[in-house]
Amino acid sequence: MTAVAEQNAQWLELFTQQPAAEPWIQALREEAFARFSAQGFPTTHHEEWRFTNVAPVTKVARAARPADKPAAIPEQAKPHLAKYASLDHPFVALNTAFLHDVRVITVPRGATLEAPIEITYEGPAEGTAAHPRTLILVGANAQCTIVETYKGEGTYFTNAVTEIVVADSAVVDHYKIQQESLSAYHIATLQAAIGRSAAFSSHSISLGGALTRNDVNAVLSEGSDANINGLYIVNGTQHVDNHTAIDHAKPHATSHELYKGILDGQSHAVFNGKIIVRQDAQKTDSKQTNKNLVLSDDAVIDTKPELQIWADDVRCTHGATIGQLDSEMLFYLQSRGIGRKDARNLLIYAFAQDIVDRIKVQSLRDSLERTLFEKFHEHPE
Amino acid sequence: MSLLEIIDLRAKVGDREILKGINLTVKHGEVHAIMGPNGSGKSTLAGVLAGRELYEVTGGQVLLDGKDLLEMAPEDRAREGVFLAFQYPVEIPGVSNMYFLKAAVNQIRKHRGQEELDAMDFLNLVREKMQIMKMDQTLLNRPVNTGFSGGEKKRNEIFQMAVLEPKLAILDETDSGLDIDALRTVSGGVNAMRSPERGMIVVTHYQRLLNEIVPDYVHVLADGRLVKSGGKELALELEAGGYAALGIYDEEEAVGRV
Ligand SMILES: Nc1ncnc2c1ncn2[C@@H]1O[C@H](COP(=O)(O)OP(=O)(O)OP(=O)(O)O)[C@@H](O)[C@H]1O
Ligand SMILES: [Mg+2]
Repeated sequence: MTAVAEQNAQWLELFTQQPAAEPWIQALREEAFARFSAQGFPTTHHEEWRFTNVAPVTKVARAARPADKPAAIPEQAKPHLAKYASLDHPFVALNTAFLHDVRVITVPRGATLEAPIEITYEGPAEGTAAHPRTLILVGANAQCTIVETYKGEGTYFTNAVTEIVVADSAVVDHYKIQQESLSAYHIATLQAAIGRSAAFSSHSISLGGALTRNDVNAVLSEGSDANINGLYIVNGTQHVDNHTAIDHAKPHATSHELYKGILDGQSHAVFNGKIIVRQDAQKTDSKQTNKNLVLSDDAVIDTKPELQIWADDVRCTHGATIGQLDSEMLFYLQSRGIGRKDARNLLIYAFAQDIVDRIKVQSLRDSLERTLFEKFHEHPE
Repeated sequence: MSLLEIIDLRAKVGDREILKGINLTVKHGEVHAIMGPNGSGKSTLAGVLAGRELYEVTGGQVLLDGKDLLEMAPEDRAREGVFLAFQYPVEIPGVSNMYFLKAAVNQIRKHRGQEELDAMDFLNLVREKMQIMKMDQTLLNRPVNTGFSGGEKKRNEIFQMAVLEPKLAILDETDSGLDIDALRTVSGGVNAMRSPERGMIVVTHYQRLLNEIVPDYVHVLADGRLVKSGGKELALELEAGGYAALGIYDEEEAVGRV
């Protein structure tokens, strides 16, 4: 048997061991599994996975055990579940093939939720995989804030998919805090369908994980607005890959994207920002920025914008920078009596400041500030 | 014991020797002016004293109240009382002036065995010094020097000096870019800090600053050496005759600014 066939055989066994679900769920699973089997796990020969080798992930993934209780998927998920996130992404297909517990959050039309909706995913047991699935349905004119937190202990694989439907004129702020264990694997897709004149913001903060791959995809409608932000902080041998795809399908939509990374040790970060402006999408206004602060000689960053523009009356800008701590700034701080470590921390912190400032949930901002300080406080010289 | 003793100090940048044996003694309470053509090494001397890594010290000794300054990290020099007002203050986006200065004050106080200032005491101290420097309080909440005008940056340097109360203040062309009113304010701030315990080194090209901050001694730095020293009248001589009267050519005219 070839490696792929062997892998598929093992997955098939795992797949068939799942307790049966209602027919509509079973149908989703089967379609997804077929798509996954056809693709297999991606290799670095796939353009979308060029810099991210998922081989270590697949080992843990295979050790997953099937669930022992029936699936719990609310009926209201039916019209939307798996209708947005594409099965062309092998890990989305895998997640969908193992649909089990789906968290469904519905915000009724016109409702304004003051308090954030908090969802916390604890990583699965040592050596196993989990496929958390979330569906968020926000009605027209509604306003809400969602905070997803991923954490855990030991070596495991979290393969998450979140679909968000933002109806017309709704306002949704989404935060994802990834603080998985440093030996965990985290692959996640956030798929947002943004309605007419709706405003959506995404803040993806990646702190943990041995290997992280985030896909953030947003499809915009006429007059909608997307703010797509990210902060990744990696050290040691951590690997983090952020792929974003913003699809300007209709005219007069705006998107602002800012991803910032702080790399230390022998870490590796990847940023790939795709902006699609369809022929129809005149008067699109889109701006993409990726900035990286590299603290060590051995850290590596691969950053690439990917613009596909089919309309002519648009404004699209993009830019990427890779820099080190500024020695003049360091000296200035030190010359005022601030110790070298503290001076470094201040500058690192300052680099992340504008991402932190965009976080509107006070408690989240406070805890991120604390994390930032702690993360760099004991930095070796 | 002298406040500062510089003995045969040599330093280079890359392969190039810039300071070629500087000797200078500053006693407590004295103000020394250093003048000299562009590129003669004035900022290099200031930077070496403050501990800038860019410069490699290749010889000599510097003692601050008898302690070996050259072996200290820049922050330790500051804690021991060295303050450099930069010729080109650095903009630091993302770091608030207030936060920065509070951290500086408290690290220095800690080093001196003093209690750290709480938010209220710090604010009172800062308000008092800002008034002396006629500085707009909103500058405190802005990132360090970021988007400040040239004059605001220079005021901010002297304001920081007033807050940190150093033993040895080195002012590198603090007068450049200041209009006459700002020059008076800044000089007033500096003069208010003259005291029998404190020494100052004032680097300038212009007599107009030395009319306000009257020095005890004036030195001329040319090509990495102090070639002439005298009282405050030496500055007036230079103003009248230029460096050429001393037989020194101006590097800027000779080879252009690097
Ligand atoms: N980073 C550097 N790299 C290379 N050469 C340098 C650097 N910094 C200073 N120099 C050189 O060292 C010499 C002395 O410079 P310095 O800044 O000390 O002069 P200065 O006397 O302060 O001049 P000015 O009056 O123009 O401020 C100059 O020739 C300058 O070009
Ligand atoms: Mg100079």
